[in-house]
Amino acid sequence: MKPIIRVENLTHTYGENTPFCRSAVKDVNMEILEGEFLGIIGHTGSGKSTLIQHLNGLLKPTSGRILLGDRDIWAEPKKIREVRFRVGLVFQYPEYQLFEETVYKDVAFGPKNMGLDEQEIDRRVRSAVAFAGLGEDLLEKSPFDLSGGQKRRVAIAGVIAMEPEVLILDEPSAGLDPAGRRSMLENIRSYHKEKGTTVVMVSHSMDEVAENVDRIIVLANAGVVMSGTPHEVFSRAQELLDVGLNVPQVTQVAMELVRQGVGIDPAAYTVMDLRNALAALKGGRPNA
Amino acid sequence: MLKDITLGQYFPGNSLAHKLDPRTKILLTVVYIVMLFCAKSFVSYGVVALLLITGVKVSGVAPRALVRGLKPILFIICFTAVLNLFYTPGEILVSFWIFKITKEGIFTAFFMVLRITMLIMGTFLLTYTTSPIALTDGLETLLGPLKKIKVPVHELAMIMSIALRMIPTLIEETDKIMSAQRARGADFESGSLMQRAKALVPILVPLFISAFRRADELAVAMECRCYHGGEGRTKLHVLHYQTRDYLVFLVYIGVLFGVLVLAHFGL
Repeated sequence: MKPIIRVENLTHTYGENTPFCRSAVKDVNMEILEGEFLGIIGHTGSGKSTLIQHLNGLLKPTSGRILLGDRDIWAEPKKIREVRFRVGLVFQYPEYQLFEETVYKDVAFGPKNMGLDEQEIDRRVRSAVAFAGLGEDLLEKSPFDLSGGQKRRVAIAGVIAMEPEVLILDEPSAGLDPAGRRSMLENIRSYHKEKGTTVVMVSHSMDEVAENVDRIIVLANAGVVMSGTPHEVFSRAQELLDVGLNVPQVTQVAMELVRQGVGIDPAAYTVMDLRNALAALKGGRPNA
Repeated sequence: MLKDITLGQYFPGNSLAHKLDPRTKILLTVVYIVMLFCAKSFVSYGVVALLLITGVKVSGVAPRALVRGLKPILFIICFTAVLNLFYTPGEILVSFWIFKITKEGIFTAFFMVLRITMLIMGTFLLTYTTSPIALTDGLETLLGPLKKIKVPVHELAMIMSIALRMIPTLIEETDKIMSAQRARGADFESGSLMQRAKALVPILVPLFISAFRRADELAVAMECRCYHGGEGRTKLHVLHYQTRDYLVFLVYIGVLFGVLVLAHFGL
């Protein structure tokens, strides 16, 4: 797979030339591959939010470059809006950005800014709302009459409706109840599968990331400390713990079993992995 | 971008000016303003200016910061100067077309500009050296006697401190909402005035909603802690006048007396 976004030596300093000067992101190099489901994890204040706001040009690097395709997104600052249509960013708690009278109008805000015609907007709104897991009967309702979870889905639909090549979600399941979390993640997963577009999910929940993504980038102290498949990352459990992160619960169980002398892979990160490993140990056939 | 706006521009410090009781500082600012309006000519203005310079020196506030504070009212200063320059009757020095510049006009304009500038700088010195909380606390205590005639002094002070407390929160919130709408292609920087005004709707609606939500939450939180207004409420930090407050008061009264005497002789 070839990279769709490349980050080169990105540094961002807040409050430059003031006593409060602080680098939120320092010399970061990373790639986002076309069509992958990438997870970015890091503890609070590790620079996750600052990093992703660079990917669609909301923040301008203090130094370094962001390449979308092969072009530096800041090559033509006047055309930065186009970058934002190609890289859709859903903020944390996006339900607080809703403003229109109806769900339909709110979801249509992005496509309208793109200058599309009515018909295309209509198609996109309907398809986006479906991807976000909302019924068409909600379209004419006021977004302020919906529940918290539904509001968030409307906000996510508002970004999906721009049909971006890369969809970035900052903690999409934060503050939802367990059932809400599960169905939110399911919707995101099926969006990724059906659309085939690149999805980046920022989270600090290891379990969520482990079960969904193809590849993980770990941020700590304003820089990338690890990147690789979930298996590669979770086999370095001690390093994760050192930077204030955790490993998925399943991995914790596997590690404890290994410590007690059971001969399995300590980096099992899904329930299915661990089950298969244990079944294999008993001489049974691993089944999927 | 929005973070550049400073309101209640308090510069933390440890100088005598910072340590003074907020009530002292409020009262002295009033005395200072009275002096400024009593001053008649060079000598008396000089005395008040000396007082201001001493105040700035003692507070350790950068004079640049004070001058910067003048920027927003530069227009008013110029306007006053021009008006006084041309419309004061008296001994004509220069005249062209319908404009006449008089000797008195030059003096009045000069003193007017001086007065406004020093007025602003003096009051800025108060807000630069007193935290908003201390300021409302001082005001509340000073206005305390008004409670006798049913003025809700405590409530007004509480409203003021909550408003001040919310400013940074709302600025942060605005920044966040703006970024979120920008991510959906909102454009706040180009277009006609009408278009720009319309572009504010996606910011203002969520901002108002969140402000109301916060107000509700705060009201509930305050009620949970049994807040019931000012009746019988005591303070954690009770204001006490110190020796330094009395000393500074003495200095000011002396200067005020001096200025009054000077003004009496038209100096």
